[in-house]
Amino acid sequence: MLSLPALVGRQSLAFARYLGGLAEMFSKATYWTFVAPFRGKGVRGSATMRQMVVVGFQAVPIVSLICAFVGIIIALQGAYELRKFGALNYVVDMVAITVTRELAPLLTAIIVIGRSGSAFAAEIGTMKVGEEVDALETMGLNPIRFLVVPKYLAMLVMMPCLTIVADTAGVLGGAFFAITNLDSSLSGYLLATVDSLLLRDIVSGLIKSVVFAVIITKIGCYEGFSVRGGAEGVGRSTTSAVVKSIFSVIAADMIFTAIFYFTNGS
Amino acid sequence: MEVDPRGRQINLQVAPVLLPMAATTENHNSILIRNLSSTLGGREVLREINLEVRRGETLVILGGSGSGKSTLLRHIVGLEEPTAGEVLIFGKNINRISEDEFNEIRKKIGMAFQGSALLNSMSVGENVALPLREHTNLEDSTIQIMTRIKLEQVGLSGFESFAPSQLSGGMKKRAGIARALAMDPEILLFDEPSAGLDPIIAAGIDELILKLKHAFHMTVVVVTHELTSAFLIADRIVVLDKGSILAEGTPDEIRHCTNPRVRQFLERQPDHEEQDAEKYLNSLTEEA
Repeated sequence: MLSLPALVGRQSLAFARYLGGLAEMFSKATYWTFVAPFRGKGVRGSATMRQMVVVGFQAVPIVSLICAFVGIIIALQGAYELRKFGALNYVVDMVAITVTRELAPLLTAIIVIGRSGSAFAAEIGTMKVGEEVDALETMGLNPIRFLVVPKYLAMLVMMPCLTIVADTAGVLGGAFFAITNLDSSLSGYLLATVDSLLLRDIVSGLIKSVVFAVIITKIGCYEGFSVRGGAEGVGRSTTSAVVKSIFSVIAADMIFTAIFYFTNGS
Repeated sequence: MEVDPRGRQINLQVAPVLLPMAATTENHNSILIRNLSSTLGGREVLREINLEVRRGETLVILGGSGSGKSTLLRHIVGLEEPTAGEVLIFGKNINRISEDEFNEIRKKIGMAFQGSALLNSMSVGENVALPLREHTNLEDSTIQIMTRIKLEQVGLSGFESFAPSQLSGGMKKRAGIARALAMDPEILLFDEPSAGLDPIIAAGIDELILKLKHAFHMTVVVVTHELTSAFLIADRIVVLDKGSILAEGTPDEIRHCTNPRVRQFLERQPDHEEQDAEKYLNSLTEEA
């Protein structure tokens, strides 16, 4: 039985090792993505395109649907309170700002964690167990370049795209509520949305989405490479990838929201 | 057998006359392992291994489960870091050279894994073509022809478009061998090539190894615990037990080896560890 200080020490060391591993993977993946192509070691284009389709295009329906529902929910909850002050027209502002600054990037990230972050860990983990990663190394192929870079690039491109889709779906959800309950027109609602939004509202959401893309790819892939044992190890790593990604994304969201709040004064 | 200028015995029948790297590496052994020790999870898996694999020879590393033979093979391709000692391939210490330099060496090594390790996201043809696509500037049509040739060499012509999951165990192993052959390697490594296969398929794999050895004069290292295979394909056999080399010699020398542990392995005798009953009971109560 370990004493409390020993337990704390051991956990702290394990956490520091984990962060070190993530940082190492981040630096290697960044090198192979952005530096190596200029030294004649190109990115696997077809694999990257395939990942973009899986990570981005195939996630469009679920991201749109969920964000549209959330747009309606925010409009309903906002209207419930704003009605008391006779300020129902502020529902438009509330939906637009909440969705673009916060909920669209966050919900998109959580959906992508469930769809792709877990898949990254499971795919690489299964390859590790089946000696496929070792086979790549013995063929002189860098596993980071071969397996991580296409996912990394796809996520960096598709997460902001999905976030824009989520922004649009959320606003349209709010519009649906306004049209059916507040006698508003679609064009009137959209014009009011454009008026209420600043460019920085959208940009701050997109910056967050890029950070989330880095977090989700790194944790998913790192957990995959960390798999020990057989199928049970793959299951453990996949679960771990989802839990750690959700925690890290929300923590990063809080930090970035605070940064935007204090730097923009809004 | 003749003797080279350094006093080493060489077998001229398997001299690497066809090898593209012969001119640059003729003064070296293919593989040289010096005082190699390795620890995995706090357990010593290999202890001061000294081994030399001469160019063009077929070396079989024989040993029971957990003897460290697969770990030794993983050290040869740099998949494990030694705790002490060094591994030299074509005269270069693979643990001291840069990754790029090592990858150049790896292009001359083909490895057939125990479970074939084919990439499941690719077809059999794409698996075999992968090293060619990544390491050469050959045109796609040339790569396709070379892929067909490699698959034909292992008796799998016509299976290019099959997914690895559609192949039987023996076919997967052969596809893995075709991929290992793709870059015309100088060294071919096999990890348990006939493990888990029925005797007929296993004999087919042995025959394939012999065919490759005679046709391409490659340096071949085979890790196995199958005695029949070992004696059939080996020029030289190394017997490994508990991480150390027990015996080394030609198949005939190993057959007549008097080391009791080697005899036990060759005669398939089980371990009979006598245990004091009282000690055994005490160990059980201690753990509880």
